[in-house]
This record gives sequence, structure tokens and C-alpha cells, in this order.
Amino acid sequence: MVELSALFHGFSVVLTPFNIMLMMIGIVLGVIIGVLPGLGGANGVAILLPLTFTMPPTSAIIMLSCIYWGALFGGAITSILFNIPGEPWSVATTFDGYPMAQQGRAGEALTAAFTSSFIGALVAVVMITFLAPLVAQFALQFGPPEFFSVYLLTFCSFIGMGKGSPFKTLAAMTLGFALAAVGMDTVTGQLRLIFGFTDLMRGFDFLIAVIGLFGIGEILLSMEEGLSFTGKTAKIDPKIVLETWKKLPRYWLTSIRSCLIGCWMGITPGGATPASFMSYGVAKRMSKDGDKFGTGQIEGVIAPETAAHAAGTSALLPMLALGIPGSPTAAVLLGGLLIWGLQPGPLLFVEQKDFVWGLIASMYLGNLAGLIIVLTCVPLFAAILRIPFSIIAPVIIVICAIGAYTVHNAMLDIWFMLLFGVIGYVFKKLDYPLAPLVLALVLGDRAEDSFRQSMLISQGEVSVFFSNWLVGGITALSLVMLFWPLISKVQSRLRAG
Amino acid sequence: MKSDNEAPAGAGISTRTMEMVVAAVLFTVGAIVVFDSYRLGSKWGSDGPESGYFPFYIGVLISGSSIVNFVQALRAPRATDTGLFVAWGPLKLVLTVLIPAAFYVLGVKFFGIYLASAVYIAIFMVWLGKYSWLRSIMVGLAVNVSFFLMFEVWFRVPLYKGTLDPLQFIGY
Repeated sequence: MVELSALFHGFSVVLTPFNIMLMMIGIVLGVIIGVLPGLGGANGVAILLPLTFTMPPTSAIIMLSCIYWGALFGGAITSILFNIPGEPWSVATTFDGYPMAQQGRAGEALTAAFTSSFIGALVAVVMITFLAPLVAQFALQFGPPEFFSVYLLTFCSFIGMGKGSPFKTLAAMTLGFALAAVGMDTVTGQLRLIFGFTDLMRGFDFLIAVIGLFGIGEILLSMEEGLSFTGKTAKIDPKIVLETWKKLPRYWLTSIRSCLIGCWMGITPGGATPASFMSYGVAKRMSKDGDKFGTGQIEGVIAPETAAHAAGTSALLPMLALGIPGSPTAAVLLGGLLIWGLQPGPLLFVEQKDFVWGLIASMYLGNLAGLIIVLTCVPLFAAILRIPFSIIAPVIIVICAIGAYTVHNAMLDIWFMLLFGVIGYVFKKLDYPLAPLVLALVLGDRAEDSFRQSMLISQGEVSVFFSNWLVGGITALSLVMLFWPLISKVQSRLRAG
Repeated sequence: MKSDNEAPAGAGISTRTMEMVVAAVLFTVGAIVVFDSYRLGSKWGSDGPESGYFPFYIGVLISGSSIVNFVQALRAPRATDTGLFVAWGPLKLVLTVLIPAAFYVLGVKFFGIYLASAVYIAIFMVWLGKYSWLRSIMVGLAVNVSFFLMFEVWFRVPLYKGTLDPLQFIGY
């Protein structure tokens, strides 16, 4: 059990007063970010990233990942009390969570949501603890062709598993790649796509894109809906918590199913949002009370919350083990690694043991701390949403502007942020997915490098991506994913005919 | 957006039009990428793939997928059937946020983040929230003083002070 001793070493790294303080701050900030419209896990972490530049990397990632856990918890509060999903992955929670609040069972719904979030995260962390080192060790044998094929699989999965038009996914994704290519070519040092504007030499930083796309875009969307928050009040007293906890074991099968769905969707770049919907759908189909879903069934809260948290957490597995993030927030954390001077990828497990195991240990502690904080402080967090939108909106725009500026201390980035905000607004309304755009922007350079290195190795022969069973298998799987929309269309037509 | 289905044409921008505009813009972006990659060299150089090798195909993919998206929008039912992208009313609301935000960024350029933000928050509150001037200015100042303490004093992250630097006298 090498993992266990490594994990205990991780706990010893985390359990310093400074790190525990950062963990608490992170959780509280995260919940606030999750509750506020326009600030979510990805852009919240992106905005706060510059504050960690001077911290030791382990402390920094503990705080940032705790912000992420906090945001995952926070989304449930607004969904249940206000029927407004604070985060996209908590949309499915509103279906049964809000009816429960309307019936005066808000405390029960919140307890169920937080507890199942915690369980989902816990299962995912246990999986990361034992699986990530294996994956990393396996990936140590990877050469450029293998890495490129894994990148290919990541991006093809977006096309294969996305719900919308595959061509819109492709357009958004390739736009991300094109934006990533702007600036200096890392191999030859040539300047690309800058058309004489020296300010473009730095290229487009994905942190700016994340802040604009998700932050400003979301504010514009909320503005259009003319938000007025009318929420239910909730107080969670220990009695309700205990009563709800007594009920929860009855739904163990739903929990296990949701955990599996969440872990799977998190590792593959499906992400938390589809995981929560899928889990809700499956629970509805399998439950004997399936037809009552949507009227305030506690199962309808457990299923999406467990899956969302399991997915959100396990999205960190490919980020840690392969250097390939499974979600926009994981991508931002990966950006953090690069800024702190760590090279993400399988070598991280060999060279930065303190960092990796400190992070994994903080996942256990952070989620536990998060559960306690949200259970005790719900009324406080709900009060934030009662601040009128006309105060919150400009403050959030200011926070986004500050976040965009601090990434590179560049004024121009604030303009880009605004531009990305408009893009985010339009794309969201037209169902262009934003996650592949962000991931392509993050991974663009690395994907290109591995592609060009592979091409150099093979002297331009594309067959290098089929040169052994491993790379061939991944590439073949990618192609299946790429053409999945077409395959499933043919399948359904055959069945109909 | 089901309720918009019956809205008469001309009550806003139709989804169909917007789909086509976005596809056309993305096609142009793709074409620009292809053009510049070709200029840089998109083939196999003496020492391996040239700088434009990878972006060239990316550009082709952007333009290609945009053509498909454009055609799909074109073949979709008439504008009134596919609903509105945004009606004029909500669009006005969106612009009341977006246009002042642009002025705000312009303000940041000259007066720095703190001063511009305080003014922006105050004006936003008076204009859209109908708060009194006194209250709005107080909130704007309070928010920015706390940001100042957090960034400049605690975390020692200097924020942009603007080309005119009106807050020079504070000494940060």
C-alpha cells in the first residue's frame, strides 16, 4: 500500500495551521463564488489565481482547489432556495430541490444535497488516490505520439459526447486552437497570427478567456432575464440534519450509480454538468417513484448532486496524472501549475510528491471542512443573494476586470475580457459549447508540440499514430468518438428501418 | 424561449440571423488563420513541419465547420419558427450593461482601476438601481477601499493606476 503511506505523508503536509487556514478561506470564498451569478468555479479560480503567485505551490493549490469544492457546494444553495442554478451543474438539482423548498423542506433538501455532494466527492477522491498513481506510472512510457493521441481522444470525446450540434462543437474547439496559436511559435520562434500588433505577441491567455466567457457572459445573460431573486428562507438545525441522514442510506443504490456516472464523466471530458443530468435521468428511470420526480423527491436531489461532485472531483485525475484537464476549472488549476513552475504530467508523481499528495490529502479534508461549513452557514450564504442585482452586477464586473488585469498586468487584457464576454453571451445563446473552446486554448500549444514532435519522429508519416497497440488503440477510439454522432444516426435509422 | 415563438418578426433579432452571422464571422476567422498560416509556411520544411503547418489545418476546420453551421441555419425553418435570439427589450438591458462596461474599461485606462471602479459602481447603482447618490457613492468607495487593502496592502499585488494616475498621492 504505497499509496496509503504517501497519502499519510500528504496529510502531514496539509495539516499545518497556515494550510488549514487557507483551506477554510478557500471553501468560504468558493461558496460565495458559487452563490453569486456570474462567478463560478472556473472564473472564480482564474480571478483568484494571481493572489497565489507568491505562495508556495502546495498551499496555493490547496486554497484554489478548496475554492472549487466550495463552488460545487454553493451551486446547490441557490438551486434549492431560489430556483436559480448558481452553476450549470446544479440545474438538475432545481428540478426536485426547489419543490422541496416550496413545501417547507428546504433544510432537508439542502442537507441531502450537501451530504450526497460530499459522498460523491469522497468516492472520487478515493478513486484518484489509488488510480492516479497507476495512470501516471503507465503514462511515463508515453512518447509524443501517445500524448497526441490522448489529446485527440479528449477533443474527439467532446464531439462524440456533446449534446448539441457536432459542428458547433468543432467550430468552438478549433477557434480555441486558433487563439492558442496566436503569438510566438514555441518551436521555431516565429510570430504567428499577430498581423503586426506587438501586443498580441503574448497570445491570448486562457485565464482571460475564462473570466470573460463565463463571468461577463453570465452577467449579460442574467441581465437579459431581468433577474429578481425571490427565495425561500432556510435554516438547518441539527435535528433536521440527523433526520435526513437517517433517511439517506435508503438510497444507497442511487448513490452508487450516481458516483459511477460522475467518476466516468469526470475522467472523460464529459464534465459535471452532463453527469448531473444523466444521473438525474437514470435515477428517474430506475426509481420506483420515478413518475413523482420533479415534485420534490429527495432522490432527485441526491442523484444529480452526487454525480456533479464526483465528476467535478475526478476531473482532476487526468489533470494530475496526464496533464490533461477534464474540465475548464481543472484547466485553470493546470494553468496555475505552470505559473508556479511545475510541469504537469506523469512526472509530477515522481518529482513533486509533496505537492501531489498534499493536494490529494487536501481533497479529503477540504470536502469534509466544506460539508461542515455549508451545513452551518447556509443562511449567511443565502443572504448574499438578497443583495440587489444592481449592486452585485457592477461589483462582479469590477472583480472580473481586476482578475483579468492581474494575470499579466496588462491593460489590453481587460479589453479582451470584455470581448470574450460578448463571445460567451452569443455562444451560450446559440449552443456553442464553451468548455472545448477553453480546453483547446489551454492545451493548444501542447497538443501542437506533441503533434509536430510525432511528425518529426515519423518523418511526416501519419501512420505513427497507429505504430503500436497502445497509440493505435487510443487513436482508433478517438476516431470512433469523432464519428459517434454519425454512427449513432446510422444506428437509429437502421433500427427504424 | 417557447413564448417567443408567436412573436412577430421584427420584435428582435432572430436566432436564424444570428446563427448565420456567427457562422460567417467564424468562417472569416478561419480564413484569416489559413491565410496567415500559408504565409508562414504550412508545408514540410527542411527541418520538419513549418510554423503554419498545424494552424493551417485548424483554420480549414474552423471555416469548414462554419460552412456547415451556416447551411444548417439557412435550411432551418423561417425566422419566426425558430424563435428569437434576443428581443429588443432584453437586448436594451444587455446593452445598458455592456456599453457602460466599455466606458468603464476606458476609464480604467486613464484613471486606474480603483477610481474608475468606484465611479462605475456608483453610477450603475444610481442609474439602474435607482439608489440615492449618497448611498451609491458610499458603496462604490467602500468596495474599492476594501479591494485596495486586499490587493495593495495584504497581498502586495499592484493594480493598474491609469495613465493619469490620479491616486498618486497615496504613495502606492
